[in-house]
Amino acid sequence: MKKFSEKNEASRRPERLKFSFFPGCSLKTSGHENTLSLLKFCDRVNVELIELEDWNCCGSSSAHSVDHAVAKMLSMRNISLAPKGIPLMIACPSCLIRIKSMYLKLKKDNALKCEYEELWGKPFDEDLEIIHFFEILNRVRLEDHIDHPKEKLKKLKIAPYYGCMLSMPPDLRFEKSYYGIIEKTLGKLGADPIFFGYGARCCGTYLSVAKPKIAQKVVNEIVLKAMEAGAECIVTACSMCHLNLEIRCSLENPIPILHFSELLSMALGAGDKKKWFPRHLIDPVPLLEKRGLLTLLN
Amino acid sequence: MINLDGDHQAFAEEIKVRSGINFNTCLQCRSCTNGCPFLEGMDYAPNAVIRLVQLGLEDQVLQCSAIWVCVGCNTCCSFCPMAIDIPAVMDSLRHKALEKGIKIPESDILSFHTEVLNTVKKYGRTHKLEIMMRYKLKTMDLLSDMGVGLKMLKKRKLDLTPSKIQDKKAIEKIFREK
Repeated sequence: MKKFSEKNEASRRPERLKFSFFPGCSLKTSGHENTLSLLKFCDRVNVELIELEDWNCCGSSSAHSVDHAVAKMLSMRNISLAPKGIPLMIACPSCLIRIKSMYLKLKKDNALKCEYEELWGKPFDEDLEIIHFFEILNRVRLEDHIDHPKEKLKKLKIAPYYGCMLSMPPDLRFEKSYYGIIEKTLGKLGADPIFFGYGARCCGTYLSVAKPKIAQKVVNEIVLKAMEAGAECIVTACSMCHLNLEIRCSLENPIPILHFSELLSMALGAGDKKKWFPRHLIDPVPLLEKRGLLTLLN
Repeated sequence: MINLDGDHQAFAEEIKVRSGINFNTCLQCRSCTNGCPFLEGMDYAPNAVIRLVQLGLEDQVLQCSAIWVCVGCNTCCSFCPMAIDIPAVMDSLRHKALEKGIKIPESDILSFHTEVLNTVKKYGRTHKLEIMMRYKLKTMDLLSDMGVGLKMLKKRKLDLTPSKIQDKKAIEKIFREK
């Protein structure tokens, strides 16, 4: 009996998890509110993030589109910077695909491995684990960090939006799929996820700049479908999707777009909303106020 | 079975080797096309692009807009029953078109990519404000989208100064070695 309670006590104080953290350019330079709330959340659930030292751009869509060699080496350098023994956590779906694809290629191609070792002057780390932020949610038990989780988000109707995060290229098709993790996690925290059928539709990425009309059409469709399904807000897992849904939506009175990390942090009471919400183009404050969710924040 | 003549065969083979993708398993079921969010902006549907490559029709496929409008969102290949990495084929087609100096039908998209890589070359990371300004200058389209740009600045979505990496030599090496 004593043993059981000891074990129980230990599980209430889980050990600190440590990850190296690759933010990527979108989080680092335009989605500051995403980064801030993500760091806050991790700190709150006893997860330590150490920013990958001197990381570079993953090459984004542009490098692989027009310059294969540059795309290859940009990803390789990031892999070479990852410290040994701790998993590398990537918060941006697109950076994750670039870096992880390259890692898997390196793993099975000895000639490429030689090229890598020659370029960066260190051995290739065969055991490096590269994960998306979603995986952290599989490794921490939110119940250990919060009382009455079900009451936190007050049945806020959310439309979970994954963008292309769920569409893995064939070389990553045996990787874990995270479909449903936003619903599962925020549901546990008291939100009411709705299904709207457009959660995995691409946001248009850079067509938002180069072909705004095409991006606008795609974005409007996503936001409209969420609104028609009765959502009060859309929850995104990617900083670029968030930006595109905000800047390219031309509907009247669109619903606010919240970062997944913002809602997570809010539910855990780790708020510094003054820094996050003024950076939203569609102000989420009236909705949060109406739903009595601003009191979650200090 | 369709037997291709020398040139057509050689082109199809080259794209196969470059991309590392065997597109000959394509069934022309059009799952890719049904899933593509950007179909309307394309001259050839994704399944048609694959067909053109299979047949080795080099000029048609290298001059088409579809290979530039494709953003590589991977929706097509996650729908594909044969798990063909269509975006990887699109990448190889773009590279080949650039090497051959073909007139790119979507010059705006190419300008955007070039500006992104310019900032990566300079800072090691992208700098959105500079990309947007240079892109606007290059495409001589200064006025459209001003509203969006100003809103983004106001909401501090565009950092004024770039985030830079320390090890500039590493980035120089990447852009030199290619």
